[in-house]
Amino acid sequence: MHVVVCVKQIPDPAIPGELDPSTHALKREGKLILDESDSYGVEMALQLVDKAGGGEVTLVSMAPNNEVSGLRTALAMGAAKAILVSDPALAGSDALSTAKVLAKAIERAGDVDLVLAATESTDGYTGTTPPQIAELLGWPSLTFAKHVEIGDGKATIQRQTEAGYDVVEASLPAVISVTAGVVEPRYPSFKGIMAAKNKPVDEVTAADLGLAADSVGWAGSRQQITQVAAAPAREAGEKIEDDGEAFQRVVAFLEELKVV
Amino acid sequence: MGLAKVWVFAEADGDKPATSTLELLTKAREVADTVECVFVGANADAIAGSLGEHGATKVFAVDPGDGLPGVIGAAALATLIAANGPDLVLFAQTYDGRDALARLSVKLDRPVITNGTALVVDGDSVTVGTAVFGGNTLVDTQFSGEKPFLAAIRPKSFAAEPSGGAAAAVEAVGGVDAGRAGEAKILERHVEEREGPKLEEATIVVSGGRGIGAAESYDPLVEQLAKLLGGASGASRAIVDAGWVPYSKQVGQTGKTVKPKLYIALGISGATQHLVGMKGSDNIIAINKDGEAPIFGVADLGVVGDVHKVVPKLIEALQARG
Repeated sequence: MHVVVCVKQIPDPAIPGELDPSTHALKREGKLILDESDSYGVEMALQLVDKAGGGEVTLVSMAPNNEVSGLRTALAMGAAKAILVSDPALAGSDALSTAKVLAKAIERAGDVDLVLAATESTDGYTGTTPPQIAELLGWPSLTFAKHVEIGDGKATIQRQTEAGYDVVEASLPAVISVTAGVVEPRYPSFKGIMAAKNKPVDEVTAADLGLAADSVGWAGSRQQITQVAAAPAREAGEKIEDDGEAFQRVVAFLEELKVV
Repeated sequence: MGLAKVWVFAEADGDKPATSTLELLTKAREVADTVECVFVGANADAIAGSLGEHGATKVFAVDPGDGLPGVIGAAALATLIAANGPDLVLFAQTYDGRDALARLSVKLDRPVITNGTALVVDGDSVTVGTAVFGGNTLVDTQFSGEKPFLAAIRPKSFAAEPSGGAAAAVEAVGGVDAGRAGEAKILERHVEEREGPKLEEATIVVSGGRGIGAAESYDPLVEQLAKLLGGASGASRAIVDAGWVPYSKQVGQTGKTVKPKLYIALGISGATQHLVGMKGSDNIIAINKDGEAPIFGVADLGVVGDVHKVVPKLIEALQARG
């Protein structure tokens, strides 16, 4: 079984983000790491390939610079290879342009049975890319999966709903978006980290994928940021140290609000 | 002057329209001459009254059978849009809303703006406001391409208010072909038992974070306190990622937005990811061991202490009151 996982390399979320003053886009020039949301898809792909008794996991990713450190993390977990679409023309790409690029990269990966992705990225969180990729490929999409089974040429998932979950089935190939916490992502072993250094990363440009420069990046986004402003700040209130009796202050606060 | 026609992708919650749908209708009728809905579900007649009361004059109804509403909805919308020409289509930032929006954007080759919390229409121009960096920064983005514009709005961004309109006229739409994507089928539907109110609609929300220490502590601390207060239980991303509670409980940027009368954060440090989903609450109580935690910056009452010590005493005191 050949599983492709869409992964994003993002600025470390622990470091406060910043907008570029001229383009208003999120600054992404520092070191990029593997989005933690994507580690669940990578882990699930590795487990599904194991269960199927053979096959491999290919990563696809997009970055405006030749950043690979996040990809190396996923390769160290056990993915076999990666396709990195790296092109200055991709800067400013919105979710639809990203989906167009990733769909082309998936076609480049050859015969693919299944594509996994996170439900949304941690930095941009538009949350539409997986079904957009599926629509571009003409494939079914099973979204918000909290459990995935593959067998008989079909994928069966438990799909998160407002009320609980649905069991949903589709034939392969298909795109599945997985929610966080569905599997426990493995830590790369030392051996895995060493092996990852020599795993193939196929670096391509938008043009290599047959995409016109005006269909992606800033040119393709057809929207403009008109204003950036600071939100009204919320003021901190009373702060107390627990001396064993702080719960009484909480009870009093609940009484003031008339909720008890 | 506003837009001529705005459409809302309507969703139902049982036999009623989803609150998020009514919120969008209320906003839509403020900015458009004509407001209509597209609804993918079996019970359009049951919700047509309430949709009309909130401003919709017509509802295009598609019965998806056991197909996925978002997938069937996108295919239906593409055809209906070509025939009816709405200026703007609004989706709630929900599971099915996101599916429908995503696929439709490809079918029409239109960009999307998601996670909207504000909508401003000035003449022909449409601007969507979003909050980034934990809600510290507000960004306005204007559509510059061809109509229709496609946007997803986070639930709780607008208040739902009836306008007293007549029931929306139901127009059944059949023969929707979603291609291979439409072959995905729902085999079973599981409704999870829920005591108390829905997370997004509760007047009190109690959430737990990494500071509760272990998955086993979620029930006795978070669930128990929520139950005692008649509220709903939520969670930070950290413990959802750790697999302690399901994604449906996540409050924050990549989860749900809540605006209860009271929000109680237990063992939550207050990463920007979390703050964006809850800092619109009327009142916030935070209990956390780390006195420097950012959650105290937004809390009306902050208790620097161990949730394992403070919360059991609090629960006991509330139980003693009967």
